[in-house]
Amino acid sequence: MDRRRFLAGTAVVALLPFDRAAATPDAMAEAIRKVLGGAAVREERVKLDMPPLIENGNTVPLTVSVESPMTVGDYVKAIHVFNEKNPQPNVFTAKLSARNGKAIVGTRIKLGDSQKIVAIAETSDGKFWSASADVIVTLAACLEEST
Amino acid sequence: MANILVNAPKMAKRGDVIEIKALIMHPMETGFRPGPNGQIIPRNIIEHFTATWNDAEIFALEMSPAISANPFVSFFAVATESGTIRLRWTGDQGFAVEEQVAIAVE
Repeated sequence: MDRRRFLAGTAVVALLPFDRAAATPDAMAEAIRKVLGGAAVREERVKLDMPPLIENGNTVPLTVSVESPMTVGDYVKAIHVFNEKNPQPNVFTAKLSARNGKAIVGTRIKLGDSQKIVAIAETSDGKFWSASADVIVTLAACLEEST
Repeated sequence: MANILVNAPKMAKRGDVIEIKALIMHPMETGFRPGPNGQIIPRNIIEHFTATWNDAEIFALEMSPAISANPFVSFFAVATESGTIRLRWTGDQGFAVEEQVAIAVE
């Protein structure tokens, strides 16, 4: 990381009002450990679609899609999304079944800073799959006070 | 009452995979932000979203404060039989809202 980017980053962090409860990469790792329960996770089959450069951290479109036949014998059970630097590491958990036909979930999220987002999918055979995305946020969520 | 927008096909062929999109008006107040008086605004979010198809659960989403205001969700479902898709949002401060759409499957 060059000096300019580091300084810009610290300026943003200094403005954030939620120091008291900031998630950290460690908190994210801990939240992920809880989901995995010691199981291995492979960076395959999951696709995490997000814009790499985000102008407004208040509404960031995010779509997670998992390669899966979505049959009764082989489907995606759950999709978890985590973040590194929002106040809490969890973003959402979606519960799926063969009834969904496609393992694709979309929503819009808030991001308080430039950070790494991780999506983890659990398939019906108990295996875990993941993908991650690094995003840059120019206007962070939560900075403005409500009026 | 909460404003809700649901986008789902009214008709589908049996076995088709259809997309269901839902948007609900809600502040999704994180509980981390100070208000004008400097006090933290209490958390007020939707925590759970569920979708049922003729009363069988087909999708559930657990949300956190990191979900944007006016939560949007899109997911897919296999069209199995004609009936009612019921969407339900519940959360802080006793929030509980339901919306349903009819679908004809042939």
